[in-house]
Amino acid sequence: MDKPKLRVATTSLAGCFGCHMSLLDIDEHLFELVGRVAFDRSPLTDIKHCGPCDIGLIEGGVCNSENVHVLREFRRNCKTLVAVGACAITGGLPAQRNHLDLGACLQQVYRFRDDIEDAAVPDDPELPLLLDKVYPVHEVVRIDYFIPGCPPSGEAIWKFLGDLIAGRTPRLGHALLRFD
Amino acid sequence: MTKQFLFDGQPVEFEDGQTILEAARAAGHYIPHLCWHPDFPPHGSCKLCIVKAGGRHVSSCALPAREGMEVESNTPEMNAERRALLQMLFVEGNHFCPSCEKSGNCQLQALAYELEMATARFNHFFPDRPVDASHPDVLLDFNRCIFCELCVRASRDVDGKSVFALTDRGIHKHLVVNAESGRLGDTDFSVDDRAANICPVGVILRKRVGFALPIGSRKYDGAAISVVAMKEGE
Repeated sequence: MDKPKLRVATTSLAGCFGCHMSLLDIDEHLFELVGRVAFDRSPLTDIKHCGPCDIGLIEGGVCNSENVHVLREFRRNCKTLVAVGACAITGGLPAQRNHLDLGACLQQVYRFRDDIEDAAVPDDPELPLLLDKVYPVHEVVRIDYFIPGCPPSGEAIWKFLGDLIAGRTPRLGHALLRFD
Repeated sequence: MTKQFLFDGQPVEFEDGQTILEAARAAGHYIPHLCWHPDFPPHGSCKLCIVKAGGRHVSSCALPAREGMEVESNTPEMNAERRALLQMLFVEGNHFCPSCEKSGNCQLQALAYELEMATARFNHFFPDRPVDASHPDVLLDFNRCIFCELCVRASRDVDGKSVFALTDRGIHKHLVVNAESGRLGDTDFSVDDRAANICPVGVILRKRVGFALPIGSRKYDGAAISVVAMKEGE
């Protein structure tokens, strides 16, 4: 009898979906992957909330309150939680605002502009509250594994997932470990 | 008879006055390092070259080799300590590799690959360190400084200009420029200075050549730093 499929959830927090594109970049291995895993919450399935999962892949850092809720939901539901890419691991590009004052930043972007009449900082209650800084995911919840890269190559993601699915300790090795 | 010590269980010959690191390298054994450079006296600040000798942790760049010494270097214990030191360096500054011109040619990054550092583990400091673009040919990006003092030493001892210095103590320590304005453009610093070409990370950058080398042909793209450093005598 076939082994039951592992459940995998993925999300992009303060990221650009580049890491998800890289996941799709594993090309024909996708067929092998969907033979061995079923996707739970993910941009690929459009499921809105994460159920109990074996593996959670987190792209992007934590820049607002919604990111915190999603990340905690993943941690609660995923046996193994993986930080994927530079933003999840270091804060990345969004974290380049971290040495600036957030209020001044918002004013500069939304208020002080000539091309919009009555320019103001958006304050719709639907919008998640921004955090003072953009945080790497391991500073908010416990993370089991890290796949660096901007984005990590499809090969790196496939090597990692292949190891994890087969029950081996995932190891990228020198050739696939890249920070850029 | 030549004197010997044991390096990771293998006999290594040395001459009086040679440090552990020098003797090990002469015998073809790489020891990770950041602040050490073959053209300068040992500095002993980065501690990446830490080894265990006689049960004690010592800086191999600074400790003279002795007859019969037993040195452990490439062991899980020593490499775990080196990895922790790298992780602390990464969180203390702003090391955003994807936007750094030095990426692929950076010793800090290459050592992180060598020691399989996939995460900086600790909480990031995100310090505020403005850049200095005042010099016509050289950009200073203090975000990446690891305080190895190689530029300080090169500028003082080779160029005779003393353009750089480290100031303050502990976590407040930072690199400063020897000009009343504090700007590199107001010094006699030149792009041909030794100090302009010695930074192991991405602080002192030549302008107008950034990202000229494509990914794949950079210094550490093909081979690990342990291979490149031994081949190029660094």
